[in-house]
Amino acid sequence: MATAEASSNISKVQVRRYKPEEYAEHNYLNVAKGLWSWLTSVDHKRIGILYLVTTTFFFLVGGVMALLLRIELWTPAQTFVDANTYNQLFTLHGAIMIFLFLVPSVPAVLGNFILPIQVGAKDMALPRLNLFSYYLYAIGSLIAVYSILHGGIDTGWTFYTPYSSQTGGAVTSLVFGVFVVGFSSILTAVNIIATIHKLRAPGITWSKLSLFGWSLYATSIIIILATPVLAITLLLLTMERIFGIGIFDPALGGDPILFQHFFWFYSHPAVYIMIVPGFGIVSEIVSTFTRKVIFGYWAIAISSLAIAFIGFLVWGHHMFVSGQASLASMVFSFLSFLVGIPTGIKIFNWLATMHRGSISLRTPLLYILGFLFLFTIGGFTGIALATLALDVHVHDTYYVVAHFHFVMVGGMVMAFMGGLHYWWPKMFGRMYNQAVAKIGCLLIFLGFNLTFMPQFIMGIQGMPRRYFNYIDQFQGLHQISTIGAFVLGIGFIIAIANFIMAIYKGKKAGANPWGSRALEWQIPSPVPPHNFDHIPVIIHGPYDYHQPMADFQLGLATNGHAPAHGAEISAEKQETEE
Amino acid sequence: MEIFRIINDFILPPAKSTVAADHDFLFWFVHLASFLLTFGIIVSLIYFLIKYRRKSEDDVTPVITHNNKLEVTWSVIPLIMALITFGWGFQTFLKQTTPPDDAYEISLTAQMWMWQFQYENGARSAGELHVPANRPIKLVMSSRDVIHSFFVPDFRIKQDIVPNRYTIAWFNAIEPGESIIFCTEYCGAGHSDMLGKVIVHEPEEFEEWLAANAGGGGEKPSDLPPAEWGAQLAQENACMTCHSADGSQTVGPTWQGLFESNVTLTDGSTVTADENYLRESILEPNAKTVAGFPPVMPTYQGQLNDEQIDAIIEYIKTLK
Repeated sequence: MATAEASSNISKVQVRRYKPEEYAEHNYLNVAKGLWSWLTSVDHKRIGILYLVTTTFFFLVGGVMALLLRIELWTPAQTFVDANTYNQLFTLHGAIMIFLFLVPSVPAVLGNFILPIQVGAKDMALPRLNLFSYYLYAIGSLIAVYSILHGGIDTGWTFYTPYSSQTGGAVTSLVFGVFVVGFSSILTAVNIIATIHKLRAPGITWSKLSLFGWSLYATSIIIILATPVLAITLLLLTMERIFGIGIFDPALGGDPILFQHFFWFYSHPAVYIMIVPGFGIVSEIVSTFTRKVIFGYWAIAISSLAIAFIGFLVWGHHMFVSGQASLASMVFSFLSFLVGIPTGIKIFNWLATMHRGSISLRTPLLYILGFLFLFTIGGFTGIALATLALDVHVHDTYYVVAHFHFVMVGGMVMAFMGGLHYWWPKMFGRMYNQAVAKIGCLLIFLGFNLTFMPQFIMGIQGMPRRYFNYIDQFQGLHQISTIGAFVLGIGFIIAIANFIMAIYKGKKAGANPWGSRALEWQIPSPVPPHNFDHIPVIIHGPYDYHQPMADFQLGLATNGHAPAHGAEISAEKQETEE
Repeated sequence: MEIFRIINDFILPPAKSTVAADHDFLFWFVHLASFLLTFGIIVSLIYFLIKYRRKSEDDVTPVITHNNKLEVTWSVIPLIMALITFGWGFQTFLKQTTPPDDAYEISLTAQMWMWQFQYENGARSAGELHVPANRPIKLVMSSRDVIHSFFVPDFRIKQDIVPNRYTIAWFNAIEPGESIIFCTEYCGAGHSDMLGKVIVHEPEEFEEWLAANAGGGGEKPSDLPPAEWGAQLAQENACMTCHSADGSQTVGPTWQGLFESNVTLTDGSTVTADENYLRESILEPNAKTVAGFPPVMPTYQGQLNDEQIDAIIEYIKTLK
C-alpha cells in the first residue's frame, strides 16, 4: 500500500462522504413482486438467491440419500434396500452432491451475490449471461433428475469404464446432464473473471481486492481450463455407448485407463473448484471477527493461484494402483506433496491473523473454527494418501471416503455455512436467532466427527468403499457412523430452519451488524436494487481495521476527475456530509 | 516390540507379509507427525481464542500486515518434511510393487464376481489362493470383464486388474494362516460379495496340495456322484455368491425349489425352469432374466464344459 506521495500513478481526489442509510426504502427483494419477476431477473442478487434455493434443494436430496445409505449399512447384507438400489444411491449421492451442489454453491450463490458488491459494481459484468447460466444449471439438473427416475445409474460418480460402457440404466442421460451443468459453471466463471477485471470501482486496485474475490478468481481459472476436458470425456463416453466407437472399452479396442486420466484431469482440479472459494470465505470471516488486518494478504491471495496451477498436475494420484508406470506415480506423488504447501501457508496466515486480534465468537466464526479443525485433518490425511506406499493400502477404502468428506464437508460445507451465517443479514436484512444457530453449528460439528472419524479406522483396517455387504468385524464402527449421520442431518435441519425463520421473524439487522470494514457492509441491508447510488470511491482496503470506521463510508469524488475503474487513488481532503 | 505390535494390531490389520512392517513404520511416522502438527495448530487456536477474546467494542488491534521471515519458515519446514515423506513413501512403494526375480508365479483371473487362480502344474482354485509361507509369490493378473482390484489388507498390497492387459502384484507371507481378499474396484451388484481367501501353508503342505490338484479338474472325479460334484463346482465358480441354496434372495434368484418351478421373466411371460432353461441361463444369462432381478450375470460360455453344466443342474435338482 503506497502512500499518496510515493507514486505519481496515484490520482488524488477529494472525497465527500455521505452517511449510509440503515434501511433503504427499496431493496432488491421488494423492488418487484411475483415469481415471474424472480425467474426473469438479471439482478445478480436475485440470481444468487435462485441458485441458493436450487442448490439447497439438491443438498437436501443428496443428504437424504446419504442417510438411506447409512441406514442400509446398519447391518451387513440387506437391511432394507437391495444391492442394486444401494449402488444407485451412492452413485446419485456422489453425483448430486458434487455436480449439483458443491461445484456451483459458493461461486454461484455467494460469488454472485457478494462479489459485485465487494468490487463496488452494480451487477456482474454480463448480467444476461448470468441468468442464462442459471437456466443451463436448471436444465442440466432436470436432465439429471430425469435420469434418476428413468432407470437410475449404478456406476459410481466416477463413471469408470468399461463398467459404465456396459451397464444398463440412464448413464447417457446423466452424463448429458452433467455436461450441461458444466457449461453453466464455465459461463459463471467467465462472468466472475470479467467482473473482477473490468468492474472494480475506483480505488480497488489488485492489492485491495477482497480475498474472497481472489479465491473466486483462482477458482474461475480452474473452471474455465478444466471443465471442457470433462465435457470432452463425457462426450466420448456417450459416443462409445451410443455408436459403439471404441475409446475406453477394451471389448471395442479402447483403453479404460485413458478414461481415468481424462476423468481425473477434470475431477481433481474440481476438488479445488469446490474448496478454494471456501478459503476466500474463511479469510473474510477471520478478519471481520478478529477486527484485525489480515495477515499475509499476498501470501493468501497468491497461494490460491498456486493451488489452482499445481492442482492441474496431480490427477494421477487417484491412479497409484491402476497399473500406471511407477515413474508416473512418483511424479504425481511428488506434485501432490507440493500442493499441500500453499494450503498449509493459508492455515498459518489465518492463525497469525487471530494472534493479538479482538476475537468475537459469533456463529460465522464458530463455523470457521470447525473448518480449521476438520480441514486440517482432511489436509493431513491427504498427505498420507499422497504417500505412495500408504496409498496402496488405503486406496479405495473408507479412509479415502473419510478423507474427502473431511475436505468437502468439513472444509467446503463448513465454510459455506459460515459464509451464509455471515452474509445472511446482508442478504435479507434480518438477523437469525444466535443461540439456535450455535446449537446447529455444534450438532453439525459433532455429528460430522461421529460419522467420519470411525470411517478412517475402518479404512485403515481394510473396509473397501462402495460395499453393500461387509464382514461382521466392521459392524460396530458402521453403526457409530450411522448415528453420527443422523446427528449431522439434524444439525443441518436446525440451521436451515433457523435461516428461514430469520427471514420472517428475525430482528432487523442493520447495515453493518459485525462492524466489518468490507465494502458490502457499507450499503443498506437488504441490498438496494442497484447496490450503489453512485460509483463509490474506495480509499482503504477491506481489511484495514487500523483506519477509522468513518473512512469506510461511501464517498464521491468531488473535484471533477472521475478516476478509472481499478485505479489507485488516495484521499486528499475528506468531508463528511451530515 | 510386543507393545508396538499390540498398538499396531489395534489400528491396522495384522502384519502378515514382509512389506507390512515397512509400510506400518511409515504409516505411524506420517500419522504421528500429522497428529503433533494438528495438535499444535489446535492448541494455538484455542490459546488465541481465550487470550485475545474481545474485551470491548473499542479494542484496538495492531497493524501487522505480513512477515516474510515467518512466511518462509512455514513454507520451507513443511516442504522439507513433505520431501522426506515423499522419498520414504516412494522407496517403500518400490518394495511393495517390485517382485523379486525368484518369485513363484501364480496367474489370477478376475471376473464378476469371482477370483480364479491357476498354478504352474495346471492346478486351479476359485476364491481361495493357496501359497507357501516364506516364499515370494508373484501374481500375474487379468480380468475377463470390467476393472477389479486385488486387495489383501494383511499384506498391505492392492493392485487393479484391468481387462486386456496384465498387472502384477507380489507378496511374501511370513507365517501360515488365512487372510481375506477384497475386491476394491466397484464392479457391479456383487462387488461387495467378491471376497476371497489367501491360505498360507507350510511349504511341504503346499506341495502336497499342489500335487493333489494337478490337472485342474474339468473331469468328474470318479468317486463323486454328479450332484455333489455340482455343489463343489457351484462353490468354486462363485455361483453361490449370487444364488443361495437356502431360499434367501440375494443378487440373483435362489436355487431352492427352482427346478421345475414356473418363473416370471422381465417381459412378463412365464417359463418352466427345466434343464433347458437352466442350461441356457448359464450360457446366455441375460436372454431370459427373472423379473425383479438385474441382468448382471456374466456368461459361463467357455468356462464350464457340458459335463460340468450337467453336474450343476443335478445339484440344483436336489435343492427342493
